[in-house]
Amino acid sequence: MLRVLLSPFRNTSGLARWILVAGLVITGIFVVCAIFAPWIAPYGFAQTGEHGRFPKMAPPSATHWLGTNDQFFDILSRIIWGARTEITVVLLSVIIAVVVGMPLGLFSGFIGGWVDRLLVFVMDALYAFPSLLLAIVFAFLLRGPLGGGTVAAALSLTAIYIPQYFRVVRSTTVSAREATYVEAARAIGAKNRTVMGRYLFGNVIQSVPVIGTLNAADAISTLAALGFIGLGIQPTDASEWGYDLSRALDDAQSGIWWTTLFPGLAIVLLVTGLTLVGEGLNETVNPALRKRRIRKVRLPSRASSALVEERS
Amino acid sequence: MASSAAIARGGQPVVDARDLRIWYGSERGPVKAVDEVSFDLAKGEILGLVGESGCGKSTLGRGLLGLLPPGTAMDGALLFEGEDLLSVPRKQMLARRGAELGMIFQEPLTRLNPLMRISQHFEETLRTHEKGISKDEVRERALRVLRVMGIPPTRYRSYPHEFSGGMRQRLMIALALVLRPSFVVADEPTTALDVLVEAQIIRILHDLRREFETSLLLITHNLGIVAEACDRVAVMYAGKIVELGDAREVFARPKHPYTRELLRSTISLRTTGLNYIPGAPPDLVEPPPACHFHPRCPDAMQICATKAPLEQTEASGTKVQCWAADLAAGRVELGDDERAPLVREEISVADEA
Amino acid sequence: MELDDLEVHYQLSSGLLGRLFGLGTSTVKAVDGVNISLRKGEVLGVVGESGSGKTTLGRALLGLAPATGGSITYRDKDGAAHDVASMRGAGLRRLRTDVQMVFQDPHAALNPTMTIETAVGHPLRIHGLAKGEQLHRRVASALERVGLSPAEQFLGKYPSDLSGGQKQRAVIARAIILDPDVLVADEPVSMLDMSVRAKILELMLELKRELGLTYVYITHDLATAKFFCDRIAIMYLGRVVEIGPTAEIFSEPRHPYTRALLQAIPEPDPDRMVPRDLPRGEIADAAVPPLGCHFHPRCPAAVANCGWESRDLRVLLEQHWTRTDPEVYEDEKALVGDLDHLDEPALEARLGDGGTAERVHRILDEIRAENPDEPTWHGVEALDEQADGLHVRFRPGEDPGLRRAGGVEVACVLYPPEGGAGGAGAGGNGGGVPPNSGQ
Repeated sequence: MLRVLLSPFRNTSGLARWILVAGLVITGIFVVCAIFAPWIAPYGFAQTGEHGRFPKMAPPSATHWLGTNDQFFDILSRIIWGARTEITVVLLSVIIAVVVGMPLGLFSGFIGGWVDRLLVFVMDALYAFPSLLLAIVFAFLLRGPLGGGTVAAALSLTAIYIPQYFRVVRSTTVSAREATYVEAARAIGAKNRTVMGRYLFGNVIQSVPVIGTLNAADAISTLAALGFIGLGIQPTDASEWGYDLSRALDDAQSGIWWTTLFPGLAIVLLVTGLTLVGEGLNETVNPALRKRRIRKVRLPSRASSALVEERS
Repeated sequence: MASSAAIARGGQPVVDARDLRIWYGSERGPVKAVDEVSFDLAKGEILGLVGESGCGKSTLGRGLLGLLPPGTAMDGALLFEGEDLLSVPRKQMLARRGAELGMIFQEPLTRLNPLMRISQHFEETLRTHEKGISKDEVRERALRVLRVMGIPPTRYRSYPHEFSGGMRQRLMIALALVLRPSFVVADEPTTALDVLVEAQIIRILHDLRREFETSLLLITHNLGIVAEACDRVAVMYAGKIVELGDAREVFARPKHPYTRELLRSTISLRTTGLNYIPGAPPDLVEPPPACHFHPRCPDAMQICATKAPLEQTEASGTKVQCWAADLAAGRVELGDDERAPLVREEISVADEA
Repeated sequence: MELDDLEVHYQLSSGLLGRLFGLGTSTVKAVDGVNISLRKGEVLGVVGESGSGKTTLGRALLGLAPATGGSITYRDKDGAAHDVASMRGAGLRRLRTDVQMVFQDPHAALNPTMTIETAVGHPLRIHGLAKGEQLHRRVASALERVGLSPAEQFLGKYPSDLSGGQKQRAVIARAIILDPDVLVADEPVSMLDMSVRAKILELMLELKRELGLTYVYITHDLATAKFFCDRIAIMYLGRVVEIGPTAEIFSEPRHPYTRALLQAIPEPDPDRMVPRDLPRGEIADAAVPPLGCHFHPRCPAAVANCGWESRDLRVLLEQHWTRTDPEVYEDEKALVGDLDHLDEPALEARLGDGGTAERVHRILDEIRAENPDEPTWHGVEALDEQADGLHVRFRPGEDPGLRRAGGVEVACVLYPPEGGAGGAGAGGNGGGVPPNSGQ
């Protein structure tokens, strides 16, 4: 299983490999920030002062490398803690989406019939909605019962990504289901459960890592958008880049650039990093994009030409 | 067998290949798909090229037409009607392909555009090479060649999927021939077809020379087809042609052990016992040294593993590359230790094809 | 001594091939009324081209293709009879321990994400017959048995690490590990190189001897069938057209299709020439098979009551036009009119219209004069010039069932049933009336 999951990584070469590596490096930096936030960040994400209050909207300086914003927060700390928030939420939502969407797709593709048609209809309907709109709806609905924390945010995102996994896994299942080895599985007496679990599963998850990373990239920007609108995570619950951006909207006019630049840059970088990882993987998983490495060959001069001259 | 063996052997051969090499790159090193192959083909002659999978025959077929993937290196001499094709610039090759050099592929459905009618296929083919040809003339020539193939004119405006497998292959042949190329390569044209349809197609290919005077290189792994339809046969193994001669002669009196073993392991209606060749066709990156066949050869001698045999011509006209054959014909003198049978390792199932 | 009889009475009035096609009105009669008895320990060959239904038959024997009519009776070791056609679910799965299958494409028959050990041992695990150490031992011994030795070398490998011949051995190992009685082999060697085929066939023969297996060997290659099988059944478009002992079938082929197959096999014999008088055309669409005897449009020996119909008329005209000049074709086509309506199978066909009937008649007469031996004409009863065109009437044909002829059974009107009793149902198509399958 691990071999199957890791094979796309190992098969990369050339440009695809560079893309993948670049993406991994960028994403890696943010992941490190996320994990080690308490130790890396100079201050807490909701900390407004240390020995006395922090200056408000102070430019970058020795004590505040990236400056402070209008809520007296240190921007660098907000960025680092924000990484934790983003990654946590996105990880949570992608995982839940996979755990729900994939088995549904597998089941639907395998069973066929009216169950399949119904599920496809539902999923297509969900998919047809603009994702941000749907996220907003869900965030709004979940705000009541769950408050404004990371879990609520994650769940709002989950719903919009389930259809993607469903569709891809379902279509791969539908084509894999006709393979000879599936028929062979039936021939040896395997129950449907077994066929789905042992025979189809491994062959169908090939594309999931790619979608997962591209999903994650999209999730980051959607989460930030939610935060921007104000439906995301509250600043006191956790640090969120989108929210910080929304607060800093008017600052640019006053010549205060650090409150918008850094959160914005963080969003852009993380999304780019994840996208690069996804595209790099895509090159290998999707054979249509893969170009055969052209190796030049030089023919050696003929050593034995003298001997083989006798011919008709 | 038709008297084609006598056809135009005296005239200039249509295709004359000498010491062709086609290598392409891989992670482990150059793959020597075609390694110093020579043959010639007279006008109206059918040459069968047989070998198992992985022997390089398809590569050779494509190489002759210049259809190799990028990064492949090819050298040697390939004379087509006297002119060396290897020194012809790509643009010119494009013009000649189709008009003078034709190709028939294995899977007809995948080679025909499902969105184009047959008439449009013909129009495209003819217009590419003869610009300014009128629609009526296209139709006339197309119908003429379709007639030869047994495809009725009522189907001229049908789509490819409306034809059955055998008809599609005839269609492919018709498209290949409408420009009257003098040389056609047919790469496994009947492998995907049923026995009865295969027989029909082979008959059509066999009669081609009567209608069109085409020289045909028929690539296949099916020895039976070669025996029935070809004038001469070339047996290919690990990138080399190990035996080349008149089809009747080669089948009745094979000189190379591989040819012999291949014939023996072919299951036909007359088969009484099961024979097979142990082991698998060799890796083309690092084939066995000297004679490539020696690990699997029942007649292998010590010399076969150390020195590569040279191509010699038998009395019957067959060309063969084999020490055992040379010895049997008295063409060479070998010392006792050279003649000693080669001790080989037992080939286990782990190495089989 | 136990005699396990596997009787397969498989009579379908219309066999669905899993799905009904688009419009829902046409059904593909993949297997259309087949009666075969399979005796313990024999090797029965089922030979046919693509579209003959042989593959579907093989799958039906395992219950992998649903039977829409008839029955498949399997008598197991204890003598109990099971109807495979009506079994479902758990019962069907239990049958798997007795009837197994070897597939055609070794590259596709193994799960790419399973090691050989897991794949070959999976049947045992599924049926709960062994686990742990015992499972490992049984897998190793199965691998050794099929020649993949030393087994340790192969256990941990994935299918992509093996060659075609090795994969097929693994597939065979998986099939025999449950110790079945019957093995259905669907073209087991056709995708392998020539030099390996013999080895795999040899292995299968060995296993038959050692394990007392009964084989159903499905193939399109008569040459391997001759070597491998005791009895052979030739199938065409869903029916058995000839069945009998191998030696008899090959020494005296009776059905024209069998004869054609034998003639058409390319033989590496230097004195052979390209066969000339082969059946024309190709296998028809199983959804709308020819009326009467399904083989008649291609049969060189067809007679009057073989089931001639309008589609044959179309073929006749089109073939004629491949031999005429383009101008003649244009003229004649204009007179005859559009031919698409002839694709609807019928005993009466209309050509041209009121004004052209006479000239169309003359055209047909010319065609007939060019080649009076053309079998289609035997089936033409009358040519009527009428107000709406020329009507061509065909003699109603007979759909022959299997009847005894010498040592074999053959489905052909050229061999009238012995004993005088009326043979197959007269006229029409489909196997509604049970054919005379005298045993």
